[in-house]
Amino acid sequence: MSITAENNSGKPVISIRNVWKFFGQLAALKDICLDIMPGEKVVIIGPSGSGKSTCLRTINRLENVDKGTIYVEGQDITSSEHDINAMRQNLGMVFQSFNLFPHMTVLRNLTVAPMKLRGLSRADAEERALLLLKKVGLADKVNVYPNTLSGGQQQRVAIARALAMQPHIMLFDEPTSALDPEMIGEVLDVMVSLAQEGMTMVCVTHEMGFAREVADRVIFMDQGAILEQGSPDQLFNHPKNPRLQQFLNQIL
Amino acid sequence: MSTSNDPIDTEQAPAIIVTEGPAMPNPREKSLLNAWSLSFLAAVLTLAGLCFYKPDPYWEVMKFVPDGLLVTFQITIISLCFVIPIGLFTGLGKLSRCRPINLLASTYVEIIRGIPLLMQLFYIYYALGSMLKVSPTVAAVAALSICYGAYMGEVFRAGILSVPKGQSEAARSLGFNRFQTMTLVILPQALRTIIPPVGNESIALLKDTSLVSVIAVADVLRRGREYASQTFEYFETYTVIALVYLIITLLLSKVLSMVEGRLSRYEHHR
Repeated sequence: MSITAENNSGKPVISIRNVWKFFGQLAALKDICLDIMPGEKVVIIGPSGSGKSTCLRTINRLENVDKGTIYVEGQDITSSEHDINAMRQNLGMVFQSFNLFPHMTVLRNLTVAPMKLRGLSRADAEERALLLLKKVGLADKVNVYPNTLSGGQQQRVAIARALAMQPHIMLFDEPTSALDPEMIGEVLDVMVSLAQEGMTMVCVTHEMGFAREVADRVIFMDQGAILEQGSPDQLFNHPKNPRLQQFLNQIL
Repeated sequence: MSTSNDPIDTEQAPAIIVTEGPAMPNPREKSLLNAWSLSFLAAVLTLAGLCFYKPDPYWEVMKFVPDGLLVTFQITIISLCFVIPIGLFTGLGKLSRCRPINLLASTYVEIIRGIPLLMQLFYIYYALGSMLKVSPTVAAVAALSICYGAYMGEVFRAGILSVPKGQSEAARSLGFNRFQTMTLVILPQALRTIIPPVGNESIALLKDTSLVSVIAVADVLRRGREYASQTFEYFETYTVIALVYLIITLLLSKVLSMVEGRLSRYEHHR
């Protein structure tokens, strides 16, 4: 698999090298190679079961790889000696099912990790949390519990929670797939503004409009392999791989 | 787990607790209120009536048993102080990825659950006691703690498993280690599901303390036996003792459902 990076200057911030992952007999990832540059926005698309979520989850080791190496900020995170907990603090993750902590208020959801892990004082953590909640448009929901919020609101809080750790990279695992259609926009708006601020983003999504708008590079995966990658224009308007053409026909 | 790519999320499936422990009635059930009030009222009125109209045996029994009742409570509470931590560590042990710890916890549960409590009590007091010279109270507390610790281990295990996997993934992805994830995110949520079965086990424990009367611990049942063997008023004595047990367990189950109601507050915000 060839490695194409739009941005050839500098070193990749994420470097996935010949990664294999098996679920029993099934090869979920087949020899994946992928370099992501600082500030790059990469969108991974593909049909269900193509391995795109698994691929994303290997970057912060929520899935262990069976073969190959992954470097994040120059460190081999697949090595058993690597302190993955420290690295995860720099890797924000947003899940399909939000996964807010239901026993904590919105504010506490945003302050618990910065206080326990970054050593922030309560006052500092809360100040940061309030700024982030304002940014995602939920400043009035500070003291409520997550289950009083709509799906779109919960996902925006989840994004704010990840950002509260001031990560260098954000990973999005189908952030809008569990949302009602009318709530997708509000979450994508937050993600677009985050992209405009220069955050390095890796996003697994079915939102092709979002991919066109923000992606520097779109990656098409099927059956555990990267079949095609390139600019949104290349991939959406001039797809070469027949499976990608078929996929685009089905969803567009 | 699979690469949950389908739009319907598989990880957020509702938590189903499957315990291998004894059946646990749900104290939140609405009909309990009626059944509870009826039983409680009947028990209190019967006891009061008997003491009022026939004070000779009944009120005499009532005056005789309170120090036994104290012993019953003491043994229950001291045992619970051991049962809860044993249960927590057993539950964690059964979920541990470390093979020896897992095996140790599982074997403990299997062995203890396969032997009747009365047998364990005899074993600790008579069989081991002949060598170790333990007092009846120590033997009673030890037997109850070891036995109910195993049951409670299953409750804790089920409670921890009832927390969706996405919760620990979210905590780990923020950078929390296993211990922080467990104490900050998983256990506080597990507690809510654990409280009702823990309460039920505690009430069962209180009832099972009556077994310790056979190894000469002067609990409420033992005191009743002593009174009856002196006066030969078996019917009157055991009627009083049964009613006393009933009133206590009913009161405890009420307290329990109130605690549970408070703990599930954040669920009812919607």
